[in-house]
Amino acid sequence: MVGAGIVGASCAYALMRAGVRVTVVDRGGVASGTTGAGEGNILVSDKEPGPELELALRSNDLWRELAEECGGFEWEPKGGLVVAETPEVLDALTAFAETQRRHTRAAGAGPGDPETTPPASGAVAAVPVAAGNLRDFEPHIADGLAGGLHYPQDAQVQPMLAAARLLKASGARLVRTAVERFLVSGDRVTGLRTGQGDLHADAVVNAAGTWAGNFPQAPLPIRPRKGFILVTQPFAVPPVRHKVYTAAYVTNVASDAEGLETSAVIESTRAGTVLIGASRQRVGHDTAIDYPVLARLARQAIGLFPVLKDRQVMRAYAGLRPYSPDHLPVIGPDHRLRNLFHACGHEGAGIGLAPATAEMITAQIAGARPAVDPAPFAPGRFA
Amino acid sequence: MIEFRFEGRPVAAEEGQSIGAALHAAGIRSWRTTRFGGRPRGLFCAVGACFDCLLTVNGTPDQRACQTVARAGDEVTG
Repeated sequence: MVGAGIVGASCAYALMRAGVRVTVVDRGGVASGTTGAGEGNILVSDKEPGPELELALRSNDLWRELAEECGGFEWEPKGGLVVAETPEVLDALTAFAETQRRHTRAAGAGPGDPETTPPASGAVAAVPVAAGNLRDFEPHIADGLAGGLHYPQDAQVQPMLAAARLLKASGARLVRTAVERFLVSGDRVTGLRTGQGDLHADAVVNAAGTWAGNFPQAPLPIRPRKGFILVTQPFAVPPVRHKVYTAAYVTNVASDAEGLETSAVIESTRAGTVLIGASRQRVGHDTAIDYPVLARLARQAIGLFPVLKDRQVMRAYAGLRPYSPDHLPVIGPDHRLRNLFHACGHEGAGIGLAPATAEMITAQIAGARPAVDPAPFAPGRFA
Repeated sequence: MIEFRFEGRPVAAEEGQSIGAALHAAGIRSWRTTRFGGRPRGLFCAVGACFDCLLTVNGTPDQRACQTVARAGDEVTG
């Protein structure tokens, strides 16, 4: 397993449970890349109908199981609240939620009258919230919003803890060293050349995050998309109850723009801090702090939660989301080399999608049929 | 030297000294407890980064002791 982020850790956990012996190699240690620079989002609310939403719904179920059987990573099934500033945006948001519901009802619940068939776990739950009822969900939310949607399935974990716990529970061996290249014999990968010598394996999984595309023997079109997070000083009583974000976030996640985009995503953590995201920029591997971007995020957050105005920002950090040209993750066997599997390119959704990715990879390595159709995620689709 | 009050008792400080440094010099090493574990907290990083040393100054909560300069007559509580 190349990579000790949430994807590598989840894969190690699923593979060990399937009886596979795993060695994880990471040059920076557990959660040293994208996993350590995010918010721990487990969202279905921001996913357009399609393969990623199906993966997200399956993953949502699997996270609930992991919280029971492993735990220790601040699992919070708090739900999401998406708010709209204007009636027009609210209409668009409501229509978007309807497409999510329709799509997944057909995909998840199977044939039957949708009115009488109980929603399968593979269906999106989204409940409209009138402007006057927003404070029932968020007592500190700003005045003047047009309304919103409540997504009870959205959840949160502390991502670094989650990676560390899953890796520990897997019993996998962790080797902290750089991977130089794949060991290849004919058309087969037989292991890894690392800074600590050669490791031989029956299969290699590439979960190297933003670096996953850079192996010369099996390149992939994965590039980084930078994002900042602000961390406020701790509150005695956390002022934000859900994952709260504006409708613009959904458009920004799906957008192809090269320039800077920001849309407020706000949540409290168990430690009492409030996390403020989310910006998107394509500036390579540069993680330098950019104060105008931080100021813009802070202004948007105060716009949604005026109570944040008098609080101080304790930390700010940048992370890199690994994205592919079609913004879908890259999961499955390599199309050039046998015994090589990819589990990468999850962009900003890696925490949420990790358990279903791990389930898919484990099935594929075992030659079994995955729970979610793997075809849209096939690495060969860019060839 | 100037003087401020911590939990009602007088504490001496140098001109320009932080409240955290003055408390430390007066032998006061802890002035709040953690929210969940109730464990003592005072100066940790002492350079403004960790937010462990928070206290209330003249009624304003969550001030960093290490970054707040002591002024004569300040009323400081944990």
